[in-house]
Amino acid sequence: MSGAADMAPASDLASRRRLVDFVLRARTFGIVAVLALLVLVATLIQARFLDKANVSFILSQASLYALVAIGEAMVIITRNVDLSVGSVCGISAYLSAHLFAQHPGIAIPLVFLAGLVIGLISGVLTGAIVAICRVPSLVVTLAMLYAIRGIDTVIVGPGQVLASTEPTAFLNIPTAAVLGVPDVAIVVTVLVAIAAYYMHSFRSGRDLYAIGSDPQAARLAGIPIAKRVFTAFVISGACAGLAGALWASEYATIDSTAANGLELQIVAAVVIGGVAIFGGSGSVVGAALGALLLQAINSALNVTGVLPTTWTEGITGFLMLVAITMDRGIQLRVSTALRRRRVRLGA
Amino acid sequence: MPNVKRDRGASKQAVAGPTIAGAFGRVVRWEVALAIALVAVFVLGTASSPHFLTNYDLFTTCTNLGDVAIMALPMTLIIMTGEIDLSVASTLALGGETLGYLTLHHWPLALILLVVIAVGLVAGAINGLLVTVVGLPSLAVTIGTLTLYRGIANVILGANTVSSFPSFFNTLGVDPVPGVPFLSYSVLVFLVLAVIVGVVLHMTPLGRSLHAIGLNKEAARHAGFNVQRVKLGLFIFSGVVCALVGMLYTFELNSAAEGIGIGFELKVITIVLLGGVSIFGGRGTIIGVVLAGFLFAGLQSFVLVSTSLNEDDFQVVTGALLVLSVLVPNSRAFAQRGRELWRRRQARSALRQPT
Repeated sequence: MSGAADMAPASDLASRRRLVDFVLRARTFGIVAVLALLVLVATLIQARFLDKANVSFILSQASLYALVAIGEAMVIITRNVDLSVGSVCGISAYLSAHLFAQHPGIAIPLVFLAGLVIGLISGVLTGAIVAICRVPSLVVTLAMLYAIRGIDTVIVGPGQVLASTEPTAFLNIPTAAVLGVPDVAIVVTVLVAIAAYYMHSFRSGRDLYAIGSDPQAARLAGIPIAKRVFTAFVISGACAGLAGALWASEYATIDSTAANGLELQIVAAVVIGGVAIFGGSGSVVGAALGALLLQAINSALNVTGVLPTTWTEGITGFLMLVAITMDRGIQLRVSTALRRRRVRLGA
Repeated sequence: MPNVKRDRGASKQAVAGPTIAGAFGRVVRWEVALAIALVAVFVLGTASSPHFLTNYDLFTTCTNLGDVAIMALPMTLIIMTGEIDLSVASTLALGGETLGYLTLHHWPLALILLVVIAVGLVAGAINGLLVTVVGLPSLAVTIGTLTLYRGIANVILGANTVSSFPSFFNTLGVDPVPGVPFLSYSVLVFLVLAVIVGVVLHMTPLGRSLHAIGLNKEAARHAGFNVQRVKLGLFIFSGVVCALVGMLYTFELNSAAEGIGIGFELKVITIVLLGGVSIFGGRGTIIGVVLAGFLFAGLQSFVLVSTSLNEDDFQVVTGALLVLSVLVPNSRAFAQRGRELWRRRQARSALRQPT
């Protein structure tokens, strides 16, 4: 297996790597360019778009989505998908916020920890079914989506957590800011950076890419596929659970429909952010940028009033289709280019 | 073709039926199990509640079942070929909202019907073309169109609610088929369509080509089947059927409003997989899907009548059923995998010991 790679000239490998790097970077720059264009146009139409309040609102919203997108990106890179994140986020939002009513005066970090644990539990469950039983993740996570939401409605019933039961310090989390940048955004940026470093430089992180680009080859190369896929799902669950607690602090009033349909926005953000839906390429940073772009679009529609906000969902779906179609084109181009290069180098 | 089947049966499933007879036997057993479960649910239901199995209850069960079950038929065909369509519920919404919008603008019903068919056709064709011509995975495409079509449906009608439908149609959801007090129109449509789809799937070359495509796409292509065209056709069929179900469903509710049918794709896929259709494609029968439809509806009715759970809570059961219906048929493969892992671990520790 490794013989072929060893025999290829080093320059070939390097150039191959450069090309792939270039394409990935171009994809990320594409998102940034679209984002810049959007900001420009929205600000020209309505200067209020760049108001401090609006920008910090977009950033704190995007942070929540980006947090979930970190885990989702890891899962999608392994050629799987996690559709249960919305339900996990919802149930975690309710259960963690409910702690304030059950144990008045509970420390806020404990509440976030509770959210994280709820996410971990569901991630372990989903990951175990997908990885050990080798059942398509689409079906398993679709089932989990509804099963967890169902458990949520059974627990919550017609009730809800009211803002009055939550301490002000908790509700202030989304608006707390350093120099105009929300604390939440800083924390999530750090998390994204850690995840990006892990995916880029750790062997187990690289394995996720290998599994996604060719499961068969990954297996032959001795990569523990089940273990890695399991880990990806656990991380995805943890992110969604943590985001649930954040969701509670952001929306304050939580009933059984919290974060309903979130999974579609997250998958869209990840895919728009350049993570190929067939796995094997993309980055966590791109996914986070995708989340930021979607939130910026949402806010732009809201602030400029060019289109009613009911269009958001349609635009999201459309962008997602454009992104996957484009990725397919890029993928074909790159593989043709690589093949041609190999021929030229006589490798 | 038999070679294709045998090959797949041996490699992919790695269990039981390496022969067609074996595979056939397993499918039949699955359906017998479904039938027994169905009878069990009805017996349990009747024993636990006097409301179960009355005409009224059966009719409510029927109306709950019908629309979802109709969409399960094209979904069966699509999953048979190894693809999936997650956009069914959003296409349903497109159909329903189009009906509402055009009724609001006083279009004649016949014309509306044509437009709705056209809408379904376009929706299905977009899915199908992206899957076949562009070569994208259907999972990704239909997650995208799930969002896109739902978004468009929301925009069509906005916050309006329309309920001024012709009098025959707005009783579709409350009146049974004349002479059969427990049969809803939707289930009647389902049964008729199931017979047609069943005949096509099990008795025509086209149906056999679906099996072949699902088992081994390359082999099917070499055997002369136009894989792309068949898949495109199936997505279009699914689009049209779902849009029409959107009309039917709107008539039954007697109102077109935002957000109809959210989450129906889960029920549809659950019924199909519970019916013994393999998620990997290539295997399944319509009779299984029909039985699964009734089992699902019976179970829902049983749970709602005899426990305090409501319809939203029932999602737990649906989700569990869905996981089970993928896990159980593959359980023998896991068992084998587990043994294999165990052996490998033993071997590894045996290797380690001498050093």
